[in-house]
Amino acid sequence: MSQPRPRSEPVVSAAPFKEKLQRISHGELGLIPVLAALLAVGIIFHIASPYFLTPRNLSNLTLQVGVLGVMALGMSLVLFIGEIDLSAGSVSGFCAVALVLLSAQYGLPGVLAIGIAILCGAAIGGIHGKLVTLVGAPSFIVTLTGLLVWQGAQRMLVGNQIGQILIDDPLVISIASTFMPFWLSLTLVLIIVGASLIYCARQLGSNRFSGAADRLGLIARSMLFPVLAILILAVLSNHLGVPVLLLILACVALVLTLITEHTAFGVHIFAVGGNAEAARRAGINVAKLKILLFSSCSAFAAFSGIIAVSRQYAADGNTGGGNLVLDAIAAAVIGGTSLFGGRGRIQGSLLGALVIGTVANGLDLLGHSANVKSIITGLILLGAVSVDMIARKRRIQSGAAGA
Amino acid sequence: MNAAKVPSLRILETRGLSKRFGSVQALSGVDLDIHAGSVLALLGDNGAGKSTLVKIVSGVHRPDSGELFLDGSRIDIASPRDASTAGIETVYQDLALCENLNVTQNLFLGRERRSRGSALWRMFLDRRSMEEEAERAFEILGTRIPSLSNPISTLSGGQRQAVAIARAIVWQSRVVMFDEPTAALGVEQTENVHGLIRRLRDQGVGVLLITHNMVDVFALADRALVLRQGHRVAEMDPRRSTPDDVVRAITGSEAAGVRPS
Ligand SMILES: Nc1ncnc2c1ncn2[C@@H]1O[C@H](COP(=O)(O)OP(=O)(O)O)[C@@H](O)[C@H]1O
Ligand SMILES: [Mg+2]
Repeated sequence: MSQPRPRSEPVVSAAPFKEKLQRISHGELGLIPVLAALLAVGIIFHIASPYFLTPRNLSNLTLQVGVLGVMALGMSLVLFIGEIDLSAGSVSGFCAVALVLLSAQYGLPGVLAIGIAILCGAAIGGIHGKLVTLVGAPSFIVTLTGLLVWQGAQRMLVGNQIGQILIDDPLVISIASTFMPFWLSLTLVLIIVGASLIYCARQLGSNRFSGAADRLGLIARSMLFPVLAILILAVLSNHLGVPVLLLILACVALVLTLITEHTAFGVHIFAVGGNAEAARRAGINVAKLKILLFSSCSAFAAFSGIIAVSRQYAADGNTGGGNLVLDAIAAAVIGGTSLFGGRGRIQGSLLGALVIGTVANGLDLLGHSANVKSIITGLILLGAVSVDMIARKRRIQSGAAGA
Repeated sequence: MNAAKVPSLRILETRGLSKRFGSVQALSGVDLDIHAGSVLALLGDNGAGKSTLVKIVSGVHRPDSGELFLDGSRIDIASPRDASTAGIETVYQDLALCENLNVTQNLFLGRERRSRGSALWRMFLDRRSMEEEAERAFEILGTRIPSLSNPISTLSGGQRQAVAIARAIVWQSRVVMFDEPTAALGVEQTENVHGLIRRLRDQGVGVLLITHNMVDVFALADRALVLRQGHRVAEMDPRRSTPDDVVRAITGSEAAGVRPS
């Protein structure tokens, strides 16, 4: 500390707005880059194709992003603790095939088959977590093994059946093909608007938000979700309505946001990601937490497999394959999650998945091949990682400058 | 409150602590007493067993034999959590802070306060009450922290020290152990840490201070205890000893003014 110790004025709590600006200048960018990326790809495709912003296409987009979105949310959890799960795609495919077989071949009711598939995912993730914590093997290797093992297991389950195994369970199929009636969507939107208004009013009443800039910032922030909800309702009710899948995705994101940002467990997740030894000394059971998160990640992977089945009415040896797991990691990183652990937000990963989904959707509209999608997604990822590295440098500099 | 004038109150005692690592006897039958509102310096050469002793008391290691007493009754410290429950806090040399978390999150790490109300509400953090408590802790320490919601990575070295020490105040710890707090610090920062430790002591906290630094001993300690190869070899009063006496006790050459224990 270079300044003399001022004993009379202890903690100076800067105003929220000033604090925010200060944090941004210190390299804490939050959701800004991913929102900018989303806006940019939206504008580019709107200019390139008059069809992009039509209700029909946007409705498709929300359905397309479901599988990737759910997997990216689960992936964020392990990335937050500085680990990685390369097996999510294989686990997703394995559980998808298990679901279809349980339903189509063994005649299990949909609820039961879905439950078993998700438990199966959770158990697989638990094994990965145990191997990482007990053996001390890097998660990169453990889950790379998982990728190979569960992909093999998936293909063995499919066996020598030719083509896809079809499913006709009404519940499973309805997940991705049901749209909410207008009155229900409207009620939900009104609840979101009401809750945000109450939140905003209560915060404005507290003495933390006294400056004009703080108040404006707060109002802008609390209006983000209501405006988004109204826009979604306005656009999608011109087509088939708001898909149930979008509601599911929003609920999963909401629950995970509440857990990661507003509970002690959430703080522990980021503590383990930032400094596992410090977390251990603070009495946190690091191994248990890691196993739980690997398990959750795989359970979400299984859930994404279920959504994939619901969209295709079928599964095969390639379900969950291809670029899916890498796209999920890319979505989280584009959303501001650090691969070094300890940094990231659930909303960011969801927005990141939306960026990748939008790029895929837009390039489809323009008639480009999967190869072009792959290249563009890669470049966006490179951009996101570069922004993160520059911000990281700033964070280190600002820490050192203060010393 | 100054321990030199007021008859001191024993908070924590160790009796016959021993610990072996393979062929190395790191500690052999060490007794020590930590008193309320008083600073006990723990001295010794590299490898003398100082860190091992702190790790046993903070629940990182289990002793092979020996006992711990809190307020005169035997306690078992099997984990870091047991130690903090007993009111024993450790400020490690590396500070053990999570740089990505903010000041309040670090202060309350592992012991977060939850909102009151129904079972659902109790799942969520009570940020306001934790922030108020944190502000109070920094007031007591007389340290200025730019903002409680900024991550540790934006703080200076001195501010980080203050955060690590403020944990002890937030937890109303009765014993705080410092493992070489000034080893990596310059003159001014060392001065700052001394100020923080004095404020802790003035709160009635019993302080155990591991150090290599004679300046620390003579600036702060009410008593000094010397370990050599795991044995307690001397206890001295810094006010009645010279730095030479202390160095001789550490290195093992006989010296006047040293009271063998
Ligand atoms: N975890 C451990 N495993 C093996 N040996 C250890 C371990 N911790 C300490 N030791 C040994 O015990 C002795 C005392 O170490 P330590 O308590 O760290 O000394 P000090 O802190 O006084 O320098 C040293 O010889 C050290 O090598
Ligand atoms: Mg040591």
